[in-house]
Amino acid sequence: MKRRDFFALLGGGIVVLLDDEIYAQETGGPRRGGDAPAVPLEIGAWLHIGETGVVTVYTGKVEVGQNARTSLTQAVVEELHVPPESVEMVMGDTDLTPFDMGTFGSMTTPRMWPQIRRAAAAAREMLLDLAVRKWSVERTTLTIADGRVSAGDRSASFGELAHGEKWTRTIPASVPLAAAADWKVAGKSLPKVNGRAIVTGAHKYSWDLKRPGMLHAKVLYPPQFGAKLISLDAAAAEAMPGVKVVHEGDFVAVAAPEVEKAATAVAALKAQWKPVTAAADYRTVFQYFKQTAQDGAAKAKNLTPYTIAYIAHVPLEPRAALAEWEGGKLTVWTGTQRPFGVRSELVQRFGIPEERVRVIVPDTGSGYGGKHNGDAALEAARIAKAVGTPVKRNWTREEEMTRAYFRPGGLIEVAGKAAADGTITEWEFHNYNSGGSGLQSPYNIPGKKEQFHQTKSPLRQGSYRGLAATANHFVRESYMDELAQSVKLDPLEFRLKNAKDERLRNVLVAAADKFGWKGRKKTAGRGFGIAAGFEKGGYVATCAEVGVDPKSGAVKVLRAVVAFECGAVVNPEHLRNQVEGAIAMGLGGALFEEIQFGEGKIATNRMSKYRVPRFADMPVIESVLLDRKDLVSAGAGETPIVGIAPAIGNAIFDANGKRIRRLPLMA
Amino acid sequence: MNGGPRGVDVDADRTLLSVLRDDLNLTGAKFGCGEGQCAACTVLVNGVATKSCLTKVGAVEGKRIVTIEGLAPEGKLHPVQQAFLDADAMQCGYCIPGMILGAVALLGRNPNPNDAEIVIGMNGHICRCGTYPRVMRAIRALAGNGGRA
Repeated sequence: MKRRDFFALLGGGIVVLLDDEIYAQETGGPRRGGDAPAVPLEIGAWLHIGETGVVTVYTGKVEVGQNARTSLTQAVVEELHVPPESVEMVMGDTDLTPFDMGTFGSMTTPRMWPQIRRAAAAAREMLLDLAVRKWSVERTTLTIADGRVSAGDRSASFGELAHGEKWTRTIPASVPLAAAADWKVAGKSLPKVNGRAIVTGAHKYSWDLKRPGMLHAKVLYPPQFGAKLISLDAAAAEAMPGVKVVHEGDFVAVAAPEVEKAATAVAALKAQWKPVTAAADYRTVFQYFKQTAQDGAAKAKNLTPYTIAYIAHVPLEPRAALAEWEGGKLTVWTGTQRPFGVRSELVQRFGIPEERVRVIVPDTGSGYGGKHNGDAALEAARIAKAVGTPVKRNWTREEEMTRAYFRPGGLIEVAGKAAADGTITEWEFHNYNSGGSGLQSPYNIPGKKEQFHQTKSPLRQGSYRGLAATANHFVRESYMDELAQSVKLDPLEFRLKNAKDERLRNVLVAAADKFGWKGRKKTAGRGFGIAAGFEKGGYVATCAEVGVDPKSGAVKVLRAVVAFECGAVVNPEHLRNQVEGAIAMGLGGALFEEIQFGEGKIATNRMSKYRVPRFADMPVIESVLLDRKDLVSAGAGETPIVGIAPAIGNAIFDANGKRIRRLPLMA
Repeated sequence: MNGGPRGVDVDADRTLLSVLRDDLNLTGAKFGCGEGQCAACTVLVNGVATKSCLTKVGAVEGKRIVTIEGLAPEGKLHPVQQAFLDADAMQCGYCIPGMILGAVALLGRNPNPNDAEIVIGMNGHICRCGTYPRVMRAIRALAGNGGRA
């Protein structure tokens, strides 16, 4: 959006632009050239107060269930003293919102949240300036509350003050903010701002959107990854009434007025594909990682291997996009965590200027790191261009399970030694393929060696909630127990012996206290485990109690206690919700989630073949939030997931003496 | 349909889910898996929680169907909807319309479920965000009064 367009689009009022040069430099965007006198390139967020008093905030972040819409609204309410109902948060629309790298890496709270507070604080000062000017009163006599500015017996709503104005102010991102100890609204549990639209079914996800004349599309995928099309007979599909077939090289798709008809048509395509030889399957892949390590494999002989399966995000809303071409401009509605990244993909694909592509992200049916790219958007736009009508490309579950990217599998090899007093004296840790996040031990170990080895992957892989921190914490914290066992120390005591970081010690002690670690009573078939870690600016410790069936080995997690410290807490109830959700999701990857593949195909291609956690799998979950008002708020959607797998693995060992060195534990 | 008759002229073999969503514009019922594994598509058919992705539209002719859009027709939330809001029982919300209708059906046949009965009654529903403890809390809050607040 161009500067002069603000008031044309929004009507009169006041606008605050937040100039975040540092963020722009860090993220490399927006690298916009062209002739348009666009908004300053470094703008991180902007905010408008209109003549009706509505506060509209524009941010490139998106809502995928992490409740950013609510926490960012809180930021505005905190600084602007306006009811939450008066705040409208425009998110993830590349024509309306400032460039944003994407909603991932737990960045919204540490980066966007203070930006929006600054913008709201500046708007507050502008309103006060207006009142001083209009009423000729001393600034110190003014009060601001509940969407009104008052002085003595005079009072005006924000809308009345903004009336007739067209005032823009640009502020730097370095303006100091009030300390967390002085927060009034932030730090409290504001309910989800659009909760009512969720419980009434009124909210429209990408899957739900429609445009006039829209067709539903399906894509013909090869039977094996990477297979090339030899021949295509589309006659039967083309003969179906209302069906259009698109064939561009290896890309084959159909479009039809009804989703069932599109499915029938794609099934009627007769295609021949050149078979491919797959590099590895889900059992041989760990060896394959080591063989294909770019920097060579580790030489040490004493390493203990752990394996990590590929897993799927399984967002309940499968990928979806609706594309429409109009007058040479492409608009795509799609659920993605990177609206500007998807815009770039579309720009590259179609060779058109950025200004002619608009990506709009409705609040999305979750992502967990799985919706970083524009697969569905590219398909929908391509088919829409070919058939000349708006096209909907809603992925089915099977497409979601087989065509999306996965959390990387990995081989992790570890060795270490502890002295008789419990001090760790040696530590060597190699991660093949799964990733470098959380690779560094938070314990104090002199001379430790930790290395990530890039390898080839037989499957498409990418981001996932917590990235590799889950895998690295699983192995590290499992092996910490192996070392504790080697010197016959209690797992908690052993960790505290090697942890100097006060914040790490605090979560360990808080979790253990709540759990009753010291007073735990061993009974047959029961086990207790503990694990801790640090990731994305937050500290977590998790205790788990499991029941293990002595005959079948089946594991039921009975209780999980999580202590989490992520600086100053922004919304305690939503934070607890994230912690519980991370435990629920982490439980699946810990116990049973595993992508089984071979011969270039995914065998676990449906929900009935890929088990995800259900009500019956849930333990009692208790969370302890350590609210550090003296520390900057960190993001919280990811970190609480990292402790549950090792806590369960350690509890299984405690129950039956079996050390399971793989994820999932129950494979 | 949601308290009144609705006619549609569609192929009887189509799924109830796609007719609701694409022909009747009732998109509160969600597609999650297409094979009855996740229950995001749940609607009530004669008061029974039914997976609309596995139900042919021809099979529900003349039956009473309630979708999430029909649960609060006057804009006043159904007690189960309110209980979900009160318990903050949602994250992305995609599973929630199905969860709410599943809970309405559960409380309809068992007005006072204990925790084990809630788990059994709701176990067909998947929430990938993991709001299960909060859904439990919402239903627990209504147990004993049959879903009436």
